[in-house]
Amino acid sequence: MRVGVVTFPGSNCDYDLYKAAQQVGADVEFIWHRQKNLDGYDVVMLPGGFSYGDYLRAGAIARISPVMEDIVGFAENGGPVLGICNGFQILCEAGLLPGALIRNVSLRFESRDVHMLVEQTETPFTSEYQKGQILRIPIAHGEGNYEADGQLLEQLEAEGRIVFRYVNRGGEMTEEANPNGSRNSIAGLTNESGNVLGMMPHPERAMEEVLGSVDGMGVFLSLAANLSTVVL
Amino acid sequence: MSAGESPTIVIPFVSPRAGDPVITSELVADHGLSDDEYERICRIMGRTPTFTELGVFSAMWSEHCGYKNSKRLLQLLPTQAPWVIQGPGENAGVIDVGDGYALAFKIESHNHPSAVEPYQGAATGVGGILRDIFTMGARPIAVLDSLRFGDLDSARVRYLFGGVVSGVGDYGNCVGIPNIGGEVAFDRGYEGNPIVNAMCLGLMKKEDLITASASGVGNTLMVVGARTGRDGIHGATFASEELSEESEEASRPRVQVGDPFTEKLLLEASLELISSGAITGIQDMGAAGITSSASEMAGRAGNGVQIDVARVPVREPDMTPYEILLSESQERMLVVATKGHEHEVHRILEKWELEAEEIGEVTADGRFRVLENDAVIADMPALPLTEGCPTYEREGIEAEEVRQLREMDLTEHLIPNGDLTKAFLLLLASPNVASKRWIYHQYDTTVRTSTAVRPGGASGVVRIRGTKRAIAATTDCNGRFVYLNPRRGAMIAVSEAARNLVCTGAVPTAITNNLNFGNPLKQHIYYQFREAVLGMADACKAFETPVTGGNVSFYNETDGRAIYPTPVIGMVGIIEDLSNITPQSFQSKGDDIVLLGENTAEMGGAEYLYVTAGLVAGEPPRVDLARERQLQRAVLTMIQNNELRSAHDCSEGGLACALAECALGDEEAPFGVKVELDDTLPPVATLFAESQGRIVVSCAPDRTENVIKLAMDHSVPARRIGKVGRRGEAFHVTAIAGQIKIDLVTLSRAYFGALPAIMNTPASSVE
Repeated sequence: MRVGVVTFPGSNCDYDLYKAAQQVGADVEFIWHRQKNLDGYDVVMLPGGFSYGDYLRAGAIARISPVMEDIVGFAENGGPVLGICNGFQILCEAGLLPGALIRNVSLRFESRDVHMLVEQTETPFTSEYQKGQILRIPIAHGEGNYEADGQLLEQLEAEGRIVFRYVNRGGEMTEEANPNGSRNSIAGLTNESGNVLGMMPHPERAMEEVLGSVDGMGVFLSLAANLSTVVL
Repeated sequence: MSAGESPTIVIPFVSPRAGDPVITSELVADHGLSDDEYERICRIMGRTPTFTELGVFSAMWSEHCGYKNSKRLLQLLPTQAPWVIQGPGENAGVIDVGDGYALAFKIESHNHPSAVEPYQGAATGVGGILRDIFTMGARPIAVLDSLRFGDLDSARVRYLFGGVVSGVGDYGNCVGIPNIGGEVAFDRGYEGNPIVNAMCLGLMKKEDLITASASGVGNTLMVVGARTGRDGIHGATFASEELSEESEEASRPRVQVGDPFTEKLLLEASLELISSGAITGIQDMGAAGITSSASEMAGRAGNGVQIDVARVPVREPDMTPYEILLSESQERMLVVATKGHEHEVHRILEKWELEAEEIGEVTADGRFRVLENDAVIADMPALPLTEGCPTYEREGIEAEEVRQLREMDLTEHLIPNGDLTKAFLLLLASPNVASKRWIYHQYDTTVRTSTAVRPGGASGVVRIRGTKRAIAATTDCNGRFVYLNPRRGAMIAVSEAARNLVCTGAVPTAITNNLNFGNPLKQHIYYQFREAVLGMADACKAFETPVTGGNVSFYNETDGRAIYPTPVIGMVGIIEDLSNITPQSFQSKGDDIVLLGENTAEMGGAEYLYVTAGLVAGEPPRVDLARERQLQRAVLTMIQNNELRSAHDCSEGGLACALAECALGDEEAPFGVKVELDDTLPPVATLFAESQGRIVVSCAPDRTENVIKLAMDHSVPARRIGKVGRRGEAFHVTAIAGQIKIDLVTLSRAYFGALPAIMNTPASSVE
């Protein structure tokens, strides 16, 4: 699997993503935000951080970064794109994912472990998880409150595009378990064709026992399992 | 010949710049210089300084840059050890941490700016300390923050506290450096003058170390990063004054504004610059901006520098040389590029969308010379700027008021006023004891995927990727103890820091200190400072933890009232094997709880007195450095032998609060506790005294005998005091003639609910 991790000015989880992909055996490269050619990558990852300082609005400036045009093309051709945290925000701003991420209801940055439920395993990002599995994974964001109108939410639910949902330890959706006020407790969702996933929690931070959890590995193992067989 | 008295043979004449004010004794005083100091400057110059030259001297000879009133005493601190690579005097201290790695670390204060503008004051404090680390060639890997505020019942204090926490958080979060710990205390002693100290740790391969010196005559000085604006002019002098009610409005323009996004770019660009080999030195433009960075770099290399201020990229037109030289605009660096490699610097900075400009060169004549286009604006010997600042040793006398407080009879407070359980809950919910989750949940603690122990424990831990090693760090100081007995209080601060590191499985290795005090010109403040430094020196020697750098912050006074003397100890330790990382909370029901050390009736300075009687009084607990060292050796041996499941230091709130923290863990799965204490002491003392040298450990029952034996081998008193109970069982601690019994839900609510309840009250009135 050949992975490209995009670095925007202000990305700060690019190195973490790089190491996570490497851990599952991927061949990883950084993609500078001015790079124009994405040929040869099996998957493109947009890391967390504060691209362009998150000035104006999280992800709003990164969206018009030179590399984004090609990422849109890559996704439209069915290429898998994973956006984590700021990467998720950029994907929403770029229109690759519907809805928007607004300020957390607490109006504060929220950094801690959350539990999330795996609802969809028929995606290239989650096939190695069990449906209904509860993961413990860190979050760290100020704008992770997923906002969408009623019609869109209905559509997302009906099409089974909500991949991860915030729950408590017992797997119940509760207000306390929702760290940012997201609609329908949405922690991660895909586009219509299922090849673009955006999520606020950081699976790359839950890859080793010494860091407190290995529950994030499934995302990278799933990609490796689904993409290693691709013949270039 | 001392540096300050170097004879000037040729006296270059510099004509005053049009529009410069005339130098009067008032103007000199406004610059924070005494008459004697001014005369000394004239002697060094061989003539009257120009306005610009006066500004340069004033900044460099400010307390902040010149360490006038602290230098002589600081020389008493131990700074050497075989593992110290870089001691005091550089941007940061550096130690060898094994496996080819070196750790750069330092702590710095931003108290005055935070008192005036809490968010920006704290944010730029973090920004400055990050730059001190990455200019050594090290990548920042962790931040800690040590904070003090007044009591939270004041809306103004809540505003300061909330603003500082989001400032610390937003800056570090954006740059992407995990916060792994720190401390906070609330006491009326800090009302009006909060303390904001930020510490940063950075890791590098030993061979990547670079220093901040302007070496190589003919090399080019370049300013890189943000443009220079009018913010923070004379911040260094501002930091060397007392605050008053008028300070807030009047001083706001002297507070810098931070841009963490630019900082992140500057960090990446600087590390790339250093590894490119195109530069020979790099330094942050911190306090006193270009002036201090250029003169310090020249001073370290024994060279001179020549700068043309007209070439410095500015943010606004018509800035005078005086302003450009003294601006403290953030996110700027001074770089010495090897002659002929300037284009390399430009290329790297352009990649990161930052500016770089050649502003001058390294000279052989030892002068600090400033041009404005062709006109010479300032021409002065460089060395006296950094080395010639007069230093003072003053007379110190203890304040009578403090002596009386220390000698106060506390006997009546040993009789509980009502139910012990009630007092305990009050104590546990005091912001000084209660969970600090409300703070660190606003800090990114897991970015960089190396945080092995997050905030909330005795110390934070980051692993060194690709090795079995990890670094532990903590900040500690109980200002009440230092106030009541400065020498002993400082010893306690060092001891507690070392104890905290040991509890996570680390060997204490080195110290950076942040000495926060009042006005040193006052005899009772100088007394506190001298005594604290002496106590610290003794303790650092006892623990073999040299001081590799730090910061002195004087003049922490509001309307003439000083803060508690607060010498914050930032200590780092090495964990040789990740498997030694030990949690602070109980891990398994049925485990034995063992107390190492002895309970005493020493209530002086205890949180219990503050909570129940509003008192800060009494003699602080004794600390026996030799015994403390033995205790720590014993615990490290236990950890290395795999005997322990948890280890927790006893500090604020005493043994009872330590046990509660062990039981509650991170709230998700608290354990019951059944402890019986047979000390023949009043129960208030047994439960709540803050006697030193105590650690609560837990172990599997079949290990208890070993644990006690290992303790005895180190001459450390040890006894089994109880058992870890099931989840859902009660928290039950009995002492002779008194007990605490409480269900875990109530306990948990008191401990975790306290700070959110206070801070979620709408801060409707920002006074």
